[in-house]
Amino acid sequence: MSQRNAAAAGTSSPESTFDLLRELVSHLREKRTELREEWAKRITESRLLTAMTREEVFAEATTVYDNYVAVLETGSVEALQAYARDLSERIIPRGVETQEVLGIVLLLRDVLARSLFKKYQLDFNLLNRVLDAYEPAANRIANTVAVGFVQERERIIRQQQEAIRELSTPVLRVRERLLILPIIGLIDPQRARQLTEQLLRGIRENRGKVAVMDITGVPAIDSAIANRLVQTVEAARLLGATVIVTGLSPEIAQTLVTIGVDLSKMNTVGDLQGGIELAERVLGYKVVPVDEGAPRH
Amino acid sequence: MAVPILKQNQFLIASIQAALSDKDLIQLRDDLAELVGRHRARGVIVDVTALDVLDSFATRTLRAIAYMTKLRGADTVIVGIQPDVAFSMVQLGLTLENVATALDLEEGLSFLQRRLEDGRHGS
Amino acid sequence: MDPEVRVRIQTSADVVVARQEGRSIAARLGFSNSNLTIIATAISEVTRNIVEYAKEGEVLITLVENGSRRGVRIVASDRGPGIPDIGVVMRDGYSTGQGLGIGLPGSRRLMDDFEIESTVGKGTTVTMTKWAQ
Repeated sequence: MSQRNAAAAGTSSPESTFDLLRELVSHLREKRTELREEWAKRITESRLLTAMTREEVFAEATTVYDNYVAVLETGSVEALQAYARDLSERIIPRGVETQEVLGIVLLLRDVLARSLFKKYQLDFNLLNRVLDAYEPAANRIANTVAVGFVQERERIIRQQQEAIRELSTPVLRVRERLLILPIIGLIDPQRARQLTEQLLRGIRENRGKVAVMDITGVPAIDSAIANRLVQTVEAARLLGATVIVTGLSPEIAQTLVTIGVDLSKMNTVGDLQGGIELAERVLGYKVVPVDEGAPRH
Repeated sequence: MAVPILKQNQFLIASIQAALSDKDLIQLRDDLAELVGRHRARGVIVDVTALDVLDSFATRTLRAIAYMTKLRGADTVIVGIQPDVAFSMVQLGLTLENVATALDLEEGLSFLQRRLEDGRHGS
Repeated sequence: MDPEVRVRIQTSADVVVARQEGRSIAARLGFSNSNLTIIATAISEVTRNIVEYAKEGEVLITLVENGSRRGVRIVASDRGPGIPDIGVVMRDGYSTGQGLGIGLPGSRRLMDDFEIESTVGKGTTVTMTKWAQ
């Protein structure tokens, strides 16, 4: 059959590329069972997808193979994109990594390429034209799957980070009108925003008058983070609450002031205990300097 | 008078009900200034709970209210700024500096009462 | 199919209309209430500039798409006097007291994408977009 087609495919017109692909597809469909097995074998040998059982690997391999051939046939990656996202959603929680997914797709590309070599090896020119038709499509497929996997992975990571942030920044009501907000870990712009929103909500819901924001557990404070903390303090003031920041050492405070951060709007106390004591004094309306506690005017 | 102003002892309470036009805000400012003088009020509460946006104009006007009423012997406190509104405001750099703020009406009255007492005891 | 709202800006009452329209269109994208407030506030600031300095202009509010992201885009344009030095006006820390461009650096902080074009004697166009996650 290959001789007949070799004779017919003498020209290099677009139709012949189309015909080549069509023939390629029918060859891959014909050899589906054996090529798929060959591929699954190579996946195991390369120790990829070890998080999955052999049956699972074979089942997914079947779907990937069929999707692969369908892309070669139709030229459209839409179905493949949808499948890649779906597959990623399922296997990422199982611990499958990006290089594994890329690895198996490249293995399939190779398995199919070798099959094409074997079929057209007697006609060098034809083999070249077949590969010219096959390679761009094969690379596009590898790309699509890899990108789909990475995007899904990033989405899941973002979700997890969000959940962790929610958990790690509780606003605690320790007594009437007194809130404590212990912050642990790095503060990026999103977290700073979440902190502010949680604190403001906490003030509103608990009718908090004083909030002690403890940053002892924050490993690094730069001017950007400090400015965001200042903003948080200002926003809390608009709700009539005073914020006392604890855990900011005098040295760091001095450094921040030197680089131009305006800390004058912040009440700062060295440690959490001191901050709570100050808060209690403020709430008791005992003798307290005008700067601390009473709303400014 | 788009914004109803109530008198409670020596305090005036202005409760903003819904989004106000600039004209209404200016009117509120002028009404409060006049009423503080007329009733010799010692304190003013402006309740902005119903406002879903406080932009630069509104903030300027609130500051103007605090200033004008102070000239006539009254303290002003703004109450009811919503958390989302507060957040937007500080992002825009609108901090209502030098204007007293409190969580709600109850807190606002508490504040004005304390100011009044501090004044009496000459502190 | 996607909604598009044009609001003529002439008086300060129009500022209120513009931001309420903006809020209601943005609400279709499922923005949180705090983001809706942010969008409404940014609209308020830029349309207020139109009223104060250009006397008249227009705000166009549309939903936009970029790949898998959807967002709300606000284009505030006028044929007013224009801004002589955009660099100065857009510098963070620029006075939020009197003067041209009140709230522009702030609006940029509030929104995700922000562009401003202005020619003295011709007018100003501010284009800003907020994307839903």
